[in-house]
Amino acid sequence: MADGPEEIGRLIGLMARLPGMGPRSARRAVLHLVKKRSQVLLPLAEAMKAVGESVRPCVACGNLATSDLCPICANPKRATGTLCVVADVADLWAMERSQAFQGRYHVLGGLLSALDAIGPDELGIPKLVARVTEEELTEIILALPATIDGQTTAHYIADALPELNVTSLAQGVPIGGELDFLDDGTISAALRARARV
Amino acid sequence: MPHLSTLTLSHFRSWRRAQLPFDGRIVAIHGANGAGKTNLIEAISLLSPGRGLRRGSAEEFARRPEALGWKIAAELDSGQELETSAEPGASRAVRIGGKAAPQVALASELRMLWLVPSMDRLFIEGAEGRRRFLDRAAMSFEPAHAEATLAYDKAMRERNRLLKDMVRDAHWYEALEGQMAAAGARIQAGRARTISALMAAQNAAETAFPAATLSLIHPEAGPQGSDEGLRRLFAEGRRRDMAAGRTLDGPHRADLAAIWAEKAMPAADCSTGEQKALLISLILANARALAADGPAPLLLLDEVAAHLDAARRAALYDEIHALGAQAFLTGTGPELFDELGERALRLQITEEEGESHAHRH
Ligand SMILES: Nc1ncnc2c1ncn2[C@@H]1O[C@H](COP(=O)(O)OP(=O)(O)O)[C@@H](O)[C@H]1O
Ligand SMILES: [Mg+2]
Ligand SMILES: [Zn+2]
Repeated sequence: MADGPEEIGRLIGLMARLPGMGPRSARRAVLHLVKKRSQVLLPLAEAMKAVGESVRPCVACGNLATSDLCPICANPKRATGTLCVVADVADLWAMERSQAFQGRYHVLGGLLSALDAIGPDELGIPKLVARVTEEELTEIILALPATIDGQTTAHYIADALPELNVTSLAQGVPIGGELDFLDDGTISAALRARARV
Repeated sequence: MPHLSTLTLSHFRSWRRAQLPFDGRIVAIHGANGAGKTNLIEAISLLSPGRGLRRGSAEEFARRPEALGWKIAAELDSGQELETSAEPGASRAVRIGGKAAPQVALASELRMLWLVPSMDRLFIEGAEGRRRFLDRAAMSFEPAHAEATLAYDKAMRERNRLLKDMVRDAHWYEALEGQMAAAGARIQAGRARTISALMAAQNAAETAFPAATLSLIHPEAGPQGSDEGLRRLFAEGRRRDMAAGRTLDGPHRADLAAIWAEKAMPAADCSTGEQKALLISLILANARALAADGPAPLLLLDEVAAHLDAARRAALYDEIHALGAQAFLTGTGPELFDELGERALRLQITEEEGESHAHRH
């Protein structure tokens, strides 16, 4: 298919791989960018460059950061002894938006799945276990999806930390309702009604 | 009784575009071989969770040669709208009342049972088909049965991969086996309730079709039905399963045994015609049990009439009519449906240049 000059075709190809995008919407977006060169295209390119150069995972929790530690891990007030385990950064953001949780996080970066070749090491579970003693944690709250993989991961972590109080967000949430899609009130309520795994 | 009042097909198999109105009566569909009769009722079957009555894939459903996306939409007499469709290369999506919904949610909107020619060998072939038959019946009584079987299958596929990869992480196995046991116990209990309900419905009915004695059997000693028993079964079987590279024992190995009650004859040893009569009997029993405490289900009966003599055929029509079920029956000739008289709406399906058309008369 003819998508103009080669550079444009390459940009469309890259955009089409973004979540929620396909070839058609990528073509539309790129045409829009090119038309709004100074208002949109160039500022966007700069913003992407800046993010590409400075953003990396927090060495402690896996959140996105611009230095070794993210602002949450750098803030001593968040060392409450309670850690919230989430699958993705998007879930961490959802928890933060709800303002219902004061402690720190651990981002797994996925869920246990033998079929997808994601095991405990890929998820940094040994590192999570190490944090328990290093940071004198007293409670771990699992905020994982109510899917098979989510629950397998939850049970696995609870089994790996037998001495610790491991709780899970109340699962009154709609099927397939992953954390990022829940509103703040629902997250607060699920946090208050957490139960031991 | 809830029924389909309109069915709209778009680029589904041999159907390019059709809008078919129904009135709640039985629908008698006739037409030559290859006209598109089974395709039509397959479309209706996709208004329930799963892969439909031919167990097809979203890709196969797309009308060739165009291979564009396909869509099936239905309006129920309640005004509720069900829709399922797939874009090329995508899996099938469901909308209920205009809103995106998970496939399993269809089970709560419309109850549906079917009998198709490929089920003629149900009693002779492997246990898998009988297990699926039983699970579909269970799902018709309890829509949540579908979720339990999906959860069990997914957790078992994960466990089988661990076994194949020779992973030796006990915590990982325990986490998966716990979920298999919880789902497996629900599956086994649902199957047992389904068998009782089918037998009770057969025994209570006056019917021209033979009653079957049903039981759930298991190749090994048989898993304890309970969550705890299954958990132990999986934990104890780990070493043996690892050698085999898969889960050898569990609810996924259960089988449905059927015996022609009056003759005490195992279904597999009955004649082809007798086996068909047993299957019809089970479908009718299932429909009656559903109708006893809720709306009658939709029945999709593909090429059923052709196998029956005129007396049995008339009896089948009477029993379906008494149920008040909206049934879709197919057959090659219109004369197969003579006994239905005014009780049926008649559709003739023809095929021209690879495109199916419906004619009402
Ligand atoms: N994806 C498809 N696109 C176009 N035609 C199809 C497709 N799948 C099946 N068909 C055609 O549908 C016809 C079979 O229709 P079917 O409903 O099984 O016939 P019958 O009326 O005998 O039940 C065949 O001619 C087959 O080629
Ligand atoms: Mg057919
Ligand atoms: Zn951090």
